[in-house]
Amino acid sequence: MSNDVEKYLMEQENKQLLRFITCGSVDDGKSTLIGRLLYESQLIFDDQLAELHATSKKFGTQGDDLDFALLVDGLAAEMEQGITIDVAYRFFSTDKRKFIVADTPGHEQYTRNMATGASTADLALLLIDARTGLLPQTFRHSYIVDMLGVKNICLIINKMDLVEYSQEIFEKIKNDYLEFSNGLNIENIIAIPVSALKGDNIIKASEYTKWYDGESLLQYLENIPLINEKPNKNFILPVQWVNRLSHDFRGFCGQVADGGISEGDPITIVPSNKKSKIKNILVSDKKSSFCSKGQSVTLELEDEIDISRGDIIFTEDSSCEVADQFQGKLLWMDDNRMVPGRPYTFKFGVSESNGSVSKLRHRININTFATEAASSLELNEIGIVNIALDKKIPMAPYTESKALGSFIVIDKISNNTVGMGLVNFALFRSDNIHWHKMDINKASRSNAKNQKPIVIWFTGISASGKSTIANILEKKLYSIGKHTMVLDGDNIRHGLNKDLGFTDVDRVENIRRIANVSKLMLEAGLITIVSFIAPFKAERRLARDLMGEEFLEVFIDVPLEVAEARDPKGLYKKARSGNLKNFTGIDSPYEIPDNPDIHINSDKISADVAADMIIKKLTQIKVI
Amino acid sequence: MSLTHLETLEAESIYIMREVVATADNPVMLYSIGKDSAVMLHLAMKTFYPNKLPFPLMHIDTTWKFKEMISFRDKIVSKYGLNLIVHINEEGVKMGVGPYSHGSSVHTDIMKTQALKQALDKHAFDVAFGGARRDEEKSRAKERIFSFRTEKHQWDPKNQRPELWNIFNTKKHKGESIRVFPLSNWTELDIWQYIYKENIPIVPLYLSKQRPVVDRDGVLILVDDDRIPLKKGETPMMKEVRFRTLGCYPLTGAVESSAKTLTDIIQEMLSAKTSEREGRIIDFDHSASMEKKKQGGYF
Repeated sequence: MSNDVEKYLMEQENKQLLRFITCGSVDDGKSTLIGRLLYESQLIFDDQLAELHATSKKFGTQGDDLDFALLVDGLAAEMEQGITIDVAYRFFSTDKRKFIVADTPGHEQYTRNMATGASTADLALLLIDARTGLLPQTFRHSYIVDMLGVKNICLIINKMDLVEYSQEIFEKIKNDYLEFSNGLNIENIIAIPVSALKGDNIIKASEYTKWYDGESLLQYLENIPLINEKPNKNFILPVQWVNRLSHDFRGFCGQVADGGISEGDPITIVPSNKKSKIKNILVSDKKSSFCSKGQSVTLELEDEIDISRGDIIFTEDSSCEVADQFQGKLLWMDDNRMVPGRPYTFKFGVSESNGSVSKLRHRININTFATEAASSLELNEIGIVNIALDKKIPMAPYTESKALGSFIVIDKISNNTVGMGLVNFALFRSDNIHWHKMDINKASRSNAKNQKPIVIWFTGISASGKSTIANILEKKLYSIGKHTMVLDGDNIRHGLNKDLGFTDVDRVENIRRIANVSKLMLEAGLITIVSFIAPFKAERRLARDLMGEEFLEVFIDVPLEVAEARDPKGLYKKARSGNLKNFTGIDSPYEIPDNPDIHINSDKISADVAADMIIKKLTQIKVI
Repeated sequence: MSLTHLETLEAESIYIMREVVATADNPVMLYSIGKDSAVMLHLAMKTFYPNKLPFPLMHIDTTWKFKEMISFRDKIVSKYGLNLIVHINEEGVKMGVGPYSHGSSVHTDIMKTQALKQALDKHAFDVAFGGARRDEEKSRAKERIFSFRTEKHQWDPKNQRPELWNIFNTKKHKGESIRVFPLSNWTELDIWQYIYKENIPIVPLYLSKQRPVVDRDGVLILVDDDRIPLKKGETPMMKEVRFRTLGCYPLTGAVESSAKTLTDIIQEMLSAKTSEREGRIIDFDHSASMEKKKQGGYF
């Protein structure tokens, strides 16, 4: 007996791992299919089956039958609503392979969760209801699966029992899909007629589909060759962490992204371009003469070279682009839309940089694959974008290297993951624009004026008193011999920004330009007072990041009722009557600053006292 | 050359642990002494080889753990020279909280969930490794590998960050924390296979032997010390039993078994008809109970 187990364990050890997703539209029966696979491969334990009987009675949608979907829809809200909200990972194995299944939601609003599941999948099972044929979500999911580089799609034409196992219907759906998929890069597409509910063609050939001579679903999953990305002779190791926890050891750790390398092989470090040779290889904790793709390794080098997290170790003959500007595809995953110019953090594997979308080239309609003009990306929309990073990062097109070509977008305020992206190719524009180094600099200009430059950034709703306070403040500074400049919303919008309106997108661009003009004023050595509504945290943060230490945020705070009662330009009245759209405080939001340097309640103190508060702060921080 | 499934899982777990160490301020590894913790610790030692772990281990001791677990824990700590923090909810001890006096759910909440929160706050740990696996339970199957917690240690299952490729978003605000599960994609069978392959030491309670037990509503409870209330005239029965999962002894049911070796256990597992959590009394409340506990801060 014990020998049998040992033999079994030996076989188990040589099993491969296949990761796949189930996708398709709502109610196509994805969860039911997985429940059925688990049940048929005898992975449902008695206590789970007992619980399933109980929950089927309470929530089930299959009458007296077991509702297999309830095996996978684990969240309380999912059971109550009878839908899948988030990706669930399920595991089963057969004699040949171990499988990890990501069951992904079908609702359009949860497309981002579907993409989460697809990002790590080798294969996709795309479910289609035989009664309805192809649906918009079929196209949407196919597009995402294709975009993420999944090479195998298996069409599960489900609910065949409800169309009397009709070959005609099956063939029609299959042909419709093959026609549609001509526009995609997917290499292998097959179709299987199935009833997940009844178990037809899941494990073995169904009696009802004698016209079908292909494999059952499980046979397909067991036999499909695992396509690796094109085998690459070039070795790529993104350095994840440097192990120097003891003095005499310096090991460079990471997971091999591509290729393989042997002891003694020469390597190059990107971006420093330094060269060395491999002295020692540890695969996990075992010394080895060779390591290859997928392994977590620690490398010791012959020479002492400064290497840190985010650098890449390459074989000498391979090349990698190092860029701070690139074109890519972006799938937006947040309720707050993506606006070009807004600052985000971009994380590539183990390296990250601040940056922004410098240009939204177009949005892709993933039902028709047509390109459409757009000024922003909403939740679940995909666009082709140019991205500008604050520093250079090693990258490669996603089609060549998943590891170097994929990134996530992180919101700088909420810290949420708000987007996922793929590199198309690096752009080299910034190499052509050289920053002119001048002999006369900010320090010399401000010395000549006998002052320290700073940007005093006012923010507050319309009629909060920004312009009034700015005017008094400037007079006070002028009277003590300081060189100043006021940038005021109304003035700038008549000139530099007269092409911009008041939509969120235009507001972001408005502030981006103002921030950059302020930066030039700062370079000129001026004390610059910026008086704009600046309603969004993200852009105020952009301004602060641009200016660094030489920045004071002043929140001119007033209750909306007070501002509305003041209404010097009659704007609130217009907005209330609907004659003025996108007015801050009425139908466009104002995000209150969390930690302004100065907080002025302009309904409680006079503009003069307010200006003195700012003068006092400037004195404290030794600007004047 | 492609990797076997265990090699793939091992490489993934190591990658996850290194990502934490590269980005966290003050990580800790929750060590519950069980088989999953044993595998997680083994992987951690591989991850940082030839150096020692760059973070401490922490055991939340409810004071009702099996005696053999505690002695095993101390043996492992001294054998590998580990830095172990043991945290006990002293207020709970003062109040005399225990599974018999207060019931299983109050006991688990105060001595385990609240104790864990106290300990994380006390040491200001911003990332805590846990040995949970997605195949254990339905709400775990939905949880991210990097699972975000609010300042109050709460989990919001409907609002999880998307987790794409192997790029982990490790950003958080001050006071917030992340629970990281390096064994997310391992199954119970993978764990046993790996223990077998790597010869990882485990608590002997997993192996069958003659032990004194009493029957409580059809669940066999080990008489581990004299705090267990015996009925009048009741004497413990000697039975050949083992445990598939380890927790507080009054809340963990034994199974009758003759599996005395690792290969016996695996043999038994392959023909098992019930899941490992069946012996966990705390899971019985109702079907979404794990999700509820996790929202409140349970691991």
